[in-house]
Amino acid sequence: MSTATLDAATMEDAHARRRKALILVFFCTLIGAVSQILIKTGATVLAQQVSHPSLVSAAVGMFTNPYLFAGYALYGVSAVLMVLALRDGQLSMLYPVIALTYVWVAVLSHFIFHESLGGYRFGGISLIVIGVGVLGLKGDK
Amino acid sequence: MTTPVSSMVLVVTGSFIGSFGAVLLKAGAGRLERSMKSVITNWRLGIGVVAYGLSSVFFVLANTKGELTILYPLVSLGYLWTLLWAKLFFNEPLTKFKFMGIGLILVGVFCLKLSGG
Repeated sequence: MSTATLDAATMEDAHARRRKALILVFFCTLIGAVSQILIKTGATVLAQQVSHPSLVSAAVGMFTNPYLFAGYALYGVSAVLMVLALRDGQLSMLYPVIALTYVWVAVLSHFIFHESLGGYRFGGISLIVIGVGVLGLKGDK
Repeated sequence: MTTPVSSMVLVVTGSFIGSFGAVLLKAGAGRLERSMKSVITNWRLGIGVVAYGLSSVFFVLANTKGELTILYPLVSLGYLWTLLWAKLFFNEPLTKFKFMGIGLILVGVFCLKLSGG
């Protein structure tokens, strides 16, 4: 094999790895958003069970409340997958995808918990999504 | 339903504690060797994981009241702290894009505060 075809093969390989990383991170944002919905549900249940929730009851709840436990287990899975993806992907391309988590959480909260998304709230979430996307861009100064 | 300021403060406090988790994991990972023992005896990794756990406890307590559409995006303030520590402890450069990103996040958080009352 000549050097040229070898280079082409390595480049294609790198492209494939980046694509895979991108898809993996996208998948992570979906799992991450679902985990937040479970955590919110668990915290609401906790507030109904304990009259004045404290840091201690929150910590205990993470192990005894099935929603909180499942939420954090899922969060752990998405964190591990994310680390694997970050190994192979270009960070500048991954940040905008990571920011999608904020979009999914907002959409799911709207439809499941009937939370409002109007006015300043929509604007605030949009600015944060763009902000996180911009963070990863490469610039020297 | 409104989101109490106390819940917002809990999330921001949690994001602050969690940012130390990132610093400690980074510092700990830099000293790892290829053995299980070096992972277990690495106190930086240990405290880093504890910091992440503690920040999660703050997040759960915050969510016993208030709305997720406000509380979850506030977690993005963690980027502000992490970039500060990255500059301070690892001397990583603060590029113009990082400034822009943090600026947008801060304005976004301000909007969320306006919408939460």
